[in-house]
Amino acid sequence: MAAETELTPTSYIDHHLTYLTTQVSEGSFWVLHVDTLVTSLVLGVISFGFIWLVVRKATSGVPSKTQAFVELAVEFIDNEVKNTFHGNRHVLVAPLALTIFVWVLMMNAMDILPIDIMAWVTENVFGVHNWKIVPTTDVNTTFALALSVWFLMIFFNIKVKGLSGWMHELFCTPFGKNPLFWILNLLFNFIEYVSKPLSHSLRLFGNIYAGEIIFLLLGMWAATGVSGTIFGSILGAGWAIFHILIVTLQAFIFMMLTVVYISMAHESH
Amino acid sequence: MNINFTLISQALAFSVFIWFTVKFVWPPLLRAIEERQKAIADGLAAGERGRHELELASQRSSDVLKEAKQRASEIILQAEKRATEIVEEAKRMAKEEGDRIITGAKADISHEMFSAKEALRQHAAQLAIAGAEKILRREVDAKVHADILVAIEEDLK
Repeated sequence: MAAETELTPTSYIDHHLTYLTTQVSEGSFWVLHVDTLVTSLVLGVISFGFIWLVVRKATSGVPSKTQAFVELAVEFIDNEVKNTFHGNRHVLVAPLALTIFVWVLMMNAMDILPIDIMAWVTENVFGVHNWKIVPTTDVNTTFALALSVWFLMIFFNIKVKGLSGWMHELFCTPFGKNPLFWILNLLFNFIEYVSKPLSHSLRLFGNIYAGEIIFLLLGMWAATGVSGTIFGSILGAGWAIFHILIVTLQAFIFMMLTVVYISMAHESH
Repeated sequence: MNINFTLISQALAFSVFIWFTVKFVWPPLLRAIEERQKAIADGLAAGERGRHELELASQRSSDVLKEAKQRASEIILQAEKRATEIVEEAKRMAKEEGDRIITGAKADISHEMFSAKEALRQHAAQLAIAGAEKILRREVDAKVHADILVAIEEDLK
């Protein structure tokens, strides 16, 4: 805790929601959230490193338990992708879905770690103050993922349909080819293309951020004494158990939306 | 809630992870899974084939068994027939042999009887001569009375 300032609920929450930043260059945009970036990188390296180690020793014979576990995840995702995407999914879409699911799941799962204990660990073990351990509560992360997917979507739109085909689709759907509708169609598609990355990223961000805030609010029960601490702990445990569902579900939804957006880019209307 | 350079760095990290998964994670694992699926499918097909072959083999074996049983009963039938034939033959031969023996014995008996009769006749003749000698109380010259003796002998026949 920041002992030098007076501890109020607002300062407690503010404290937990402050990023560890570094100024990369001049201007308010050139700020880097070191905690978000490093945590997500570490999680990514751990999870994909683990999968890679398993895959390197993968056998087509009787699999080991870890290989069976990884295969379970891969086949689950492969099935989901197969049901939605009808092109050759092994080139990009299925591995992309795996990347998103695993990475987002890991980043979301950081939310279940007790927030004050983790703050203590990062401060006293790693010696860094203000370390936010949940990368997906940073809107930069979710926007980075959603915008990457958005660019992939546009890339595939142009690749599959050609620039003219895509333009035709922008002007002639959903209301028809009549030139009277061109502006309306374009407006419609514009809204769609803007809303896609927004809803995609803000859904994940909102769910995880809200979960984090609720953990913080429950954590504040500790300020009311011993019984409040016990009560808050019970509620916190319940919320954490429920949060396992949210964490997985949000990772899954994010993955499915990615697959759906990219499949839509492959299909003509 | 402020968008900043973190977004770009996260997007870069994301693309690196995508590249890594596309390049190093997905293909080998997929290959392993597909190979195993193929092996399982092959195994199932082989099992199915084996089952079919077993069915055929059992069909064949029951056919062979049926045929063998039929052959065996035929052989038994033939053997029985042959056995009765042999028995009949033996009976017939035994009867023939017996008849022959009986015929031989009958011939022997009649021969014996004849020779016994002959011996008896001679004996009787001698007795008669001896008796006659005694009656005549003199020696009969055999040479002189041979014709008488022969005549007596002829009578006794």
